[in-house]
Amino acid sequence: MRTYWHQTMAGLRVLLVLTVLTGVLYPLGVWAVSRIPGLHANAEGSVIEANGQAVGSGLIGIDPVPADPARDPWFHTRPSATGDPSTSGGSNKGAGHDDLVKAVAERRDAVAAREGVTPDRVPADAVTASASGVDPHVSVTYAELQAPRVARETGLPLDRVRALVQENTTGRGLGVLGEPGVNVTRLNLAVRQAVGP
Amino acid sequence: MSHTAAGLLQVGLLVVALAAVYRPLGDYMARVYTSTKHNRVERAVYKIVRVDPESQQHWKTYAAGVLGFSAVGIVLLYLVQRLQTLLPWNFGRGPVDEGIAFNTAISFVTNTNWQSYVPESVMGHSVQMIGLTVQNFVSAAVGIAVAIALIRGFTRASTDRLGNFWVDLTRGVVRILLPMAFVFAIVLVALGTVMSLRSGVDVSTVDGQGKTIALAPAASQEAIKELGTNGGGIFNANSSHPFENPSSWSNLIEIFLLLVIPVSLTRTFGTLVGQRKQGYVLLSVMGVLWTGMLAVIWWAETHLNGPAALLAGASMEGKEQRFGIPGSALFANSTTGTSTGAVNSLHDSYSGLGGGGAMLNMLFGEMTPGGVGTGIYSILVMAIIAVFLAGLMVGRTPEYLGKKLGRREVTCAAIAILAMPTVMLIGSGIAIAQSDTSGAMANSGAHGLSEVLYAYASASNNNGSAFAGITVTGDWFQASLGICMLLGRFIPIIAVLRLAGLLAAQRKVPVTAGTLPTTGPLFGSLLTGTVVLVAALTFVPALALGPIAEALA
Repeated sequence: MRTYWHQTMAGLRVLLVLTVLTGVLYPLGVWAVSRIPGLHANAEGSVIEANGQAVGSGLIGIDPVPADPARDPWFHTRPSATGDPSTSGGSNKGAGHDDLVKAVAERRDAVAAREGVTPDRVPADAVTASASGVDPHVSVTYAELQAPRVARETGLPLDRVRALVQENTTGRGLGVLGEPGVNVTRLNLAVRQAVGP
Repeated sequence: MSHTAAGLLQVGLLVVALAAVYRPLGDYMARVYTSTKHNRVERAVYKIVRVDPESQQHWKTYAAGVLGFSAVGIVLLYLVQRLQTLLPWNFGRGPVDEGIAFNTAISFVTNTNWQSYVPESVMGHSVQMIGLTVQNFVSAAVGIAVAIALIRGFTRASTDRLGNFWVDLTRGVVRILLPMAFVFAIVLVALGTVMSLRSGVDVSTVDGQGKTIALAPAASQEAIKELGTNGGGIFNANSSHPFENPSSWSNLIEIFLLLVIPVSLTRTFGTLVGQRKQGYVLLSVMGVLWTGMLAVIWWAETHLNGPAALLAGASMEGKEQRFGIPGSALFANSTTGTSTGAVNSLHDSYSGLGGGGAMLNMLFGEMTPGGVGTGIYSILVMAIIAVFLAGLMVGRTPEYLGKKLGRREVTCAAIAILAMPTVMLIGSGIAIAQSDTSGAMANSGAHGLSEVLYAYASASNNNGSAFAGITVTGDWFQASLGICMLLGRFIPIIAVLRLAGLLAAQRKVPVTAGTLPTTGPLFGSLLTGTVVLVAALTFVPALALGPIAEALA
């Protein structure tokens, strides 16, 4: 018992010292290094500014809401289970969950109606909630599905919209890592800039 | 390039990266724990805390150090959470609720990092840094220290001394975890991971919505969270959040980090016992099981099962576009095979077989390749069981690495192996028997049962991932999962240290013609079979009602 007490007290002292090392010096050291130009913008959330105003993060997808749903000029993100970038998360529903089956069916019909296509052309990422709730990317298929509508509603030529889609597509890292995706946040800002004031 | 070809090359790249660091890191770690010199930082630590780094400890003293240090860790971490309002960067987040604080304190000290809270709204940056990040380091270093003590049991002879816990702990932090975490934290920032002391940034989006995007000092925690096989996210969505894991590059790096120490420790082991082949055979068993389970999970996620997945056309619910299915399956397999528990996709939304595979990885006892330190000591204990079984078949007293495995040694090994299934099955059994448990499940039927089984498997194995739909904030879950984490961590540790003490006290027995060779494919197959059989015999009934029933439905 005395050994245990003795060791516990030593443990308390060791823990306090290691707290200074790993809980104060380490994170603040990483923070200090992250202040250098080139890292600073990343460290603070890859925020995009337009006319001095923060308009989003290049890493965070937030689904735009059209003023008039019948005249929707935006590319849309994947469904989000939280709908708010201040809290992240997914639905955690299994493929047999009744609510999920219903939600997928509704989203499929809604996307098909919005894009004026048959439901079988709606890709999986358009009807499934991401893990983070703030996935900035959609599949190339889903972006291409939306391109004609965005061209029509913004008045931009379809080729121009398609070129913007391509400019905002990230391929697989090294050609093999992950999956290609189109960054919806950056794409919508590019569309807005192309349309002009 | 097709999904499959790209995915396979991605796995290949990971294996090449691990192979490249295997020898240098494994041998470096061997030197860390055998060196007789103390560096300047370490000497300062020993001086401040008044411990004699030259003193050698009996196994009981070593164990008392582990237990005392962990007990103090739990108390301090509980207090840090409860007193959050006194700390800077709390952003008005009040004292953490008692149940959450209790569960979280145990969770991080036991290297589990089970999370029953939403970090963005509950934990301020100070709690994250001086509380959770600290335990990410030290709980990992404790795991390696226990593994090294067990290895010394094999390498030493006729002694009752196992080394000095404070020295092993400090060296693990100062020489291994801290430098590697620092470098990779910066790499992650370069790839886009955030490292901010602000609580969030207000943006006005393209359509004129005002939104607040949560920020956090993520990179420093992300690096050690993977490297130390901890797994606790600074954001609720964990490593699926773009601020923790921004790209397919960071994804591969994070998977690499959570595998690199457990894998390289097999080299450390081989080097320390003076027979590298002994390490390779353990590595190959880990590799075979890891590869097999990856194939199962990947196949399951690309072969649709369940009406929602069939309707959607791909199993993308709870997965991120930038990782895709191969990048998600690779992460899921590695995080559950290493007791990390970080997730880049939501295991609750996996198919019956895919989620069941993740669960089975934990139920193997976390040794494919297991957590930092815990993986190697768990598979060594399993190797002792395998040698014992072989000894029974031929009727000889079993030996392993020059030590006889008598009744006491095998008893310790059996206790270490059986603690987890006992705790896990009793815990989930009692949970299921309670009438309000079904209300806590997000999914019904077989998948709902899987949520409960997964929770107790995760806690008892100190993994920390979840079928996260389940609501675990009720008193029963907070308390029982906390107890499972404690017992699942410390019963095996005590058994392993006692085993180390018994082995170190023995003389070395010479290898004879009758000694079972513990290198080569024959022993590798025996060990693989033992791992699989122990898990199968223990868990098939429970798995049949949960994931297997769902996969066959």
